[in-house]
Amino acid sequence: MTVPLLEARNLSLQRGGVDVLKSVSLTVRENDVLALIGSNGAGKTSLLLALARLLPVGKGDLLVNGEAVRGGRAELGYRRRVAMVLQEPLLLDATVTVNVATGLSLRGTPRKEQQERVDEALERFGITGLSRRSARSLSSGEARRVSLARAFAMRPEIIFMDEPFTALDLPLREALLLQLTQLLHSEGITAVIATHDCREVLQLCNRLAVMNKGRLIGSGTPDEVLMNPPDDFSAAFARYAHSFNCTTRG
Amino acid sequence: MELILDGIIEAVRLLLSGDSEVLAVTWLSLKVSGLATLLSLLIGVSSGTVLALATFPGKRLVAALVNTGMGLPPVVVGLFVTIFLWRNGPFGHFELLYTPAAMVIAQGVIATPIVTGISMAAIQSLPANLRLQILGLGASRPQMVWLLIKEARLPLLAAVMAGFGGVISEVGASIMVGGNIKGQTRVLTTATVMETGKGNFDTAIALSIILLSLTFLINLLLTIIQQKRRPR
Repeated sequence: MTVPLLEARNLSLQRGGVDVLKSVSLTVRENDVLALIGSNGAGKTSLLLALARLLPVGKGDLLVNGEAVRGGRAELGYRRRVAMVLQEPLLLDATVTVNVATGLSLRGTPRKEQQERVDEALERFGITGLSRRSARSLSSGEARRVSLARAFAMRPEIIFMDEPFTALDLPLREALLLQLTQLLHSEGITAVIATHDCREVLQLCNRLAVMNKGRLIGSGTPDEVLMNPPDDFSAAFARYAHSFNCTTRG
Repeated sequence: MELILDGIIEAVRLLLSGDSEVLAVTWLSLKVSGLATLLSLLIGVSSGTVLALATFPGKRLVAALVNTGMGLPPVVVGLFVTIFLWRNGPFGHFELLYTPAAMVIAQGVIATPIVTGISMAAIQSLPANLRLQILGLGASRPQMVWLLIKEARLPLLAAVMAGFGGVISEVGASIMVGGNIKGQTRVLTTATVMETGKGNFDTAIALSIILLSLTFLINLLLTIIQQKRRPR
């Protein structure tokens, strides 16, 4: 049996004195696109942040290729192998090019290679024309594309995305969803995506995990989970999915 | 009105004649306040950033003390710096009292809480998740802090302006720890006080105009830098 790319063992986390993750165990295999679903406050964002090692985990272990990631250099090394896209684009007060290059420059990537990767990422997301614009002058859709380009420019082994298309209008959402689907599948990128959106799950993901009050209450292929939804939220999600009558990746 | 007009004429005359005493006083004012601002930036930006980012018991009390310090009366600072530097004081053996160094220390004490308070507010005003996003791009902790400081550079320039404005214009501490010694510790503010006391209003007005012009020019320069970097 192959070792999973990422494995969480009994992760527990407190934020503001509240238990937001309660002994969550989860595996992510190479090329998986895993969707985390659950109602508001279920712990999806906290789990993403814990998996990306952006929040200090209280208890439990995070293993990458079977090796535990624990503090200091190991943690920084791990964070440089993954990328995080938060709900808001959170761009720096600089040009689009500088923003897309930020992760690369933090890693000490040589300038020439940075430029090549930035150009490639800008082209992939159709934003080459924005390269010299100030990030502060972008529309929300443009800013979202820049934040995705910034993450993909780093060529991460795993990309974590928290509601990547939230607050976007429908045509833009559809266009970005299509772009991201092609990119993830063609490049074989492993991804974990927290989402409320049924279309995103059905189009992007081959695995689904359901969070409820800080616990992971079910996981499997989308078909497996939605055939036997473990809670009211996932049941509603399943009804909505059936109304699409879509074919899932799983 | 005539008095003010005379003062303006005297200021122009003093400047055009290249009066060596006025130039020396102006240069010392710039040197003392510039060094004090630099000192306060080094201490204030770093401690303001720590206060904004760190979590520790009593943080609110420390923040309240810093905010109170933003309005420190210069004479109180002057008094305590004098006590510390007095011949029998804890740092008396350095023999700094009535030297420009003592003035830099006193002005630094006045400016540091101003810079600290504004830096703390500047870092805290950044989006709460920006820290996480920067770490999520692979930043080490020092890289994250540096990017946050760069991100808050516009309000931090305001901190420089407020700090410099606070010290170049203060007189109480400078006169107490510097003593207004001619050719040694006389700066524009202390010279203005002295000339006013002697009834030389035209010279006092001339010195005031030089002080105002200097402050304006430095703030103009900083404002140009600030507005140039303002996102469009």
